[in-house]
Amino acid sequence: MSVARTSRGAQAEARNNSRVRVRPAPRRREQIAQVIVHLLALTPLALLVLDGLRDNLTANPIQTITFRTGKFALALLVLSLACTPLNTVFGVRTALKWRRPLGLYAFMYAALHFLTFTVLDYGLDPVLLREAIFEKRYALVGFTAFLLLVPLAITSTRGWMKRLGKRWKRLHQLAYIAGLLVIVHYVWLVKADRREPLLWGAAIAILLAIRLPPVRRAVVKLRGRALARLEAN
Amino acid sequence: MRIKSSEITPEHVYISRRKFMKGLGISAASALLLAACGPQQSSAPASSSSQATAGPTAPTASAAPATAGPVAGAAVQANAGATSAPATASPKKVEVPGEPLTSFEDVTNFNNFYEFTTNKEGVARLAKDFKAAPWTVAVGGMVSKPMTFGIEDLVKKFAQEERVYRMRCVEGWSMVIPWLGFPLAALLKEVEPLSGAKYVRFETVLDPMQMPGQRDKMYPWPYIEGLRLDEAMNDLTILSTGLYGKSLLPQNGAPLRLVVPWKYGFKSVKSIVKIDLVDKEPKSLWMALSPDEYGFYANVNPEVSHPRWSQASERRIGETARRRTLPFNGYAEQVAQLYTGMDLRKNY
Repeated sequence: MSVARTSRGAQAEARNNSRVRVRPAPRRREQIAQVIVHLLALTPLALLVLDGLRDNLTANPIQTITFRTGKFALALLVLSLACTPLNTVFGVRTALKWRRPLGLYAFMYAALHFLTFTVLDYGLDPVLLREAIFEKRYALVGFTAFLLLVPLAITSTRGWMKRLGKRWKRLHQLAYIAGLLVIVHYVWLVKADRREPLLWGAAIAILLAIRLPPVRRAVVKLRGRALARLEAN
Repeated sequence: MRIKSSEITPEHVYISRRKFMKGLGISAASALLLAACGPQQSSAPASSSSQATAGPTAPTASAAPATAGPVAGAAVQANAGATSAPATASPKKVEVPGEPLTSFEDVTNFNNFYEFTTNKEGVARLAKDFKAAPWTVAVGGMVSKPMTFGIEDLVKKFAQEERVYRMRCVEGWSMVIPWLGFPLAALLKEVEPLSGAKYVRFETVLDPMQMPGQRDKMYPWPYIEGLRLDEAMNDLTILSTGLYGKSLLPQNGAPLRLVVPWKYGFKSVKSIVKIDLVDKEPKSLWMALSPDEYGFYANVNPEVSHPRWSQASERRIGETARRRTLPFNGYAEQVAQLYTGMDLRKNY
């Protein structure tokens, strides 16, 4: 134990000596950021489980679980779509490494959402489910969005990336369509007040717009100029 | 798919224990027995003694569940008579087999009352300090004798009955609630509707100072609802002043609300200040907001689907499995005749 600590301390000393900066090395910061991403994505699930154990999920717990898992799925999907623009606009390169975990967490919450609806809520009753999914336009688009995410989750590994090559990127652009469908799902779901779903929709629209080549080029140019001005000052 | 009452499992047999006993002709005997073992004598509220005889069904009602079905959710529930436990405990004794009362906790903490907030769990807290007294209700419009009642006059003037009703929300959940109140018909007879009066229009108080949700301009406040006159005169339709033997809490629509058990919950307008007899179909707040989703009638109907919620089934608050939704929320035998010849798909 003490030996290990000594050796680790020695390593750290060596590192500090070899570098001028006292800040943790970039690699280390990236790891910390990754851990934070995982913790943030798992916190809502932990809170949901905790509330469930404490019987704190309202008088209509199944509906609450449905709503909450749905909201988390949307939030994580938006966050995963925000990574590329974070790099384009602010030059946060590490954000690109958050895309995969955020996307997978979005899928996890979407799967929980789907399972809550079909199993917990409808008890897999085929007649009720058919009515609930196929005769309700909001449910149908939500279900479609979920189906689109399935192949993305499956092909999220490095192996599949290699195997699919250029087609991988094309396939994973399905996430954009899923994002838009989720907004339609949400808009059709609310009673009369569409403000919240439309705000989420605006966020997704902006995140997708930044990806359009002319917009992206303009943004990159602006950033270049801003950086140049900063350095000049 | 239509569900006949005869196809419903015993869990869905809607008959009160008291009526069941009456059917067996043992009520007199059991009443004596109850009197003998009851913890207290004649401590039930005045209301309960009047209602034992007020039910729409004769004491000779059949005990066979299949035929007695609609008594269901049971219009007038005998409050276990004057021989049972005190008011606070009595609702537990009038449960409909297979359809237990929703807990007081849930009834008073899971509320759709957008005048406060759209968050069902948040209504109780925001409504806590709502002043429901003094309170007056103006009853007018096309009537011979327009009147304004103080809430205390209404409670005194009209015998308060306990009625255990199912409440089915359009969002697909439901409760079973022991209301206190009196038939709307009694109040309407008092003001003498004119022959031209065809509808009743209800208005909730407009008080954005006390009701934060009313500051949201998204909704065309105040809340308006309406009934056709014959619906309003039906014996099932009550004005409620309380539940679980207590006065209404603000989150449930204190001090006076409508309860129309065969229609979706949003028809049962809360915190009423104005009741008008009119000749034209009133336009409710929800009709104004989403006319293709909310119609004037809003009868509980598993066959008329809603773009969002399943109307074929519902979740009873406190239960895990879904229940099939019944036509007219299980009150078809009392109210279906009101709609003879009408296309209920068009008149949703």
